Amino acid sequence: MATYRELLQQVKAAIDEVGAADARERLGDALFLDVREQDEWQEGALPGAVHVPRGQLESRIEGLVPDKGRELVVYCAGGSRSAFAAKSLGELGYANVTSLAGGFTDWKRNGFEIEVPRALSSEQRARYSRHLLIPEVGEAGQQKLLQSRVLLIGAGGLGSPASLYLAAAGVGTLGIVDADVVDDSNLQRQIVHSTDRLGEPKVLSAKRTLEGLNPDVEVRTYEERLTSENVERILGDGWDVIVDGADNFPTRYLVNDASVWHRIPVVHGSIYRFEGQVTVFNPFEGPCYRCLFPQPPPPELAPSCAEGGVLGVLPGIIGSLQASEALKLLLGIGDTLQGRLLLFDALAGTFDEVTVKRDAACPVCGEHPTITEYVDYVEFCAGVRP
Amino acid sequence: MTAVRIPPTLRAEVGGERQVEAHGATVREVLEDLARRYPALEQHLFEDGEVAPFVNVYVGGEDVRTLDGLDTQVNGLPMILLPAMAGGR
Repeated sequence: MATYRELLQQVKAAIDEVGAADARERLGDALFLDVREQDEWQEGALPGAVHVPRGQLESRIEGLVPDKGRELVVYCAGGSRSAFAAKSLGELGYANVTSLAGGFTDWKRNGFEIEVPRALSSEQRARYSRHLLIPEVGEAGQQKLLQSRVLLIGAGGLGSPASLYLAAAGVGTLGIVDADVVDDSNLQRQIVHSTDRLGEPKVLSAKRTLEGLNPDVEVRTYEERLTSENVERILGDGWDVIVDGADNFPTRYLVNDASVWHRIPVVHGSIYRFEGQVTVFNPFEGPCYRCLFPQPPPPELAPSCAEGGVLGVLPGIIGSLQASEALKLLLGIGDTLQGRLLLFDALAGTFDEVTVKRDAACPVCGEHPTITEYVDYVEFCAGVRP
Repeated sequence: MTAVRIPPTLRAEVGGERQVEAHGATVREVLEDLARRYPALEQHLFEDGEVAPFVNVYVGGEDVRTLDGLDTQVNGLPMILLPAMAGGR
C-alpha cells in the first residue's frame, strides 16, 4: 500500500510536467484547464483558462474537449491535483497533456499575467445550474447571455413565451415595443400577462412579470407602436437580436428594413389558427424577409389573428422556438433556422421545412438595392408600389 | 399525381381541404389543374402570367422562383402554396 507521497511520486513519474515560464509560451495555443475548486478559480486564473473542478473532470472533459489530440496544460494551486488530473486524462485517451509544475502559486510568484473571471454569484450559480451543466452554454455562455440584449417587437402571443424564456434564461436586457393595453381577449394565449393586469399597458405588465421571474433581467419598455419615425431611436439603443412577433405586415417590413440596415439578426415568427412559421433572417449572411416574401398578400388573403382566430397554445410553441433560436444566436452555437422556414401545423401534428435563399434582386439586401430609406409601410402593404 | 398543401387562408377556395391532389408535369400544369377545378383559386395563384408575387410555391421544399418558375418540373414531389402570414398576437 502506497502512502500519498509515494502515490504522488508515481503519478508525477508517469506524466509530463511543464514549468511556469515554458507554459507561458503555450498561452493562446494550448488549452489551459484549471482543475481547482470554484472559490479558488474566482480569486483569479490563467488568461483564457477553462475551469473544471477536479471532481468533475472525468465526467465533463469529453463534452468540453472532444478532440483528444488537443494540447492541454492542466493546473491547480501547487501542481499535485493537476498531476492526478493529467494521469486521468491520459487514461481517457488525451495524448498531449502536461501538468503545470508549481501550479497557479508558482505562476503568480513569477509575476505572470492572471485574470479574475467574472464570476456568477452563488444565487446565479443555483439559478442557472442547468445551463452551467451544458457544455455548449457553461459559465462563459451564461455570462454572455447576462450581457446580451434582445429587442422584442410585440408583447402578445409570440412575445409572451419568447420573453418569458429569454428572461428565465438570464438574457440581461430585454426591450419590449408594444402600444397596447392588456385586454381580456388576450389572456387565452398571452401568458406574460394576467387577469389582474387588465387595462394595464402591456409593456408594463410584461416588465413586472419578467423582472419578477428573474431579477437579473432589466426590461426596457417602449410603449409605442414601431414606426418609421421611432425605429432609429429604438434600434439605436443597441440590440444583439430582434424577436419579431408583430401582428401586421407594415411592421414586419419595417422591422426587416431596419434590421438589415442595422445588421441585427431577426428571429421571425408568425401564426394563424393552427399554423405557424419560424425562421432567422441574418442580414447579408442569409435571406431577409423581402427575399422570402417580396410582397405582402392582398388583405383578403391576410387576415390577422383578431379576424381569423388562433389556437391559444400555438404562439406558445412558435414563440418558444423563437426564444430557442435567439439563444442560439446569442451563444453562437448550433445551426440556426437561417435559410430555412420551419412550418408547424398543430392540427396535423407536423413540422415541415422549406428552403429560403437570398435574392440577388432583393430591393433591400440585394446587389443593387432600390429601397435605401424607410418608406410608407402602410401604403406599401396596401399595394401602393413605390 | 402531386399532393399540394393549401394554406389556411386559401382553404375556403378548395372546400376546406388542407391538401389536394392535382395533375401536371410542371408547376404551371399543376396550378392550372387546380384553377380549373377550383376557379376561386385562380386569382390568388397567377399574376401577369407568372406565380403571383405574394404567394410562394415550393416543390420538394424549394421555392420555384429559385428553380424554373412555372416551368419547374414537379416529378411527383409534394408542393406547398404559402402566402406570408402576419399574425403574432
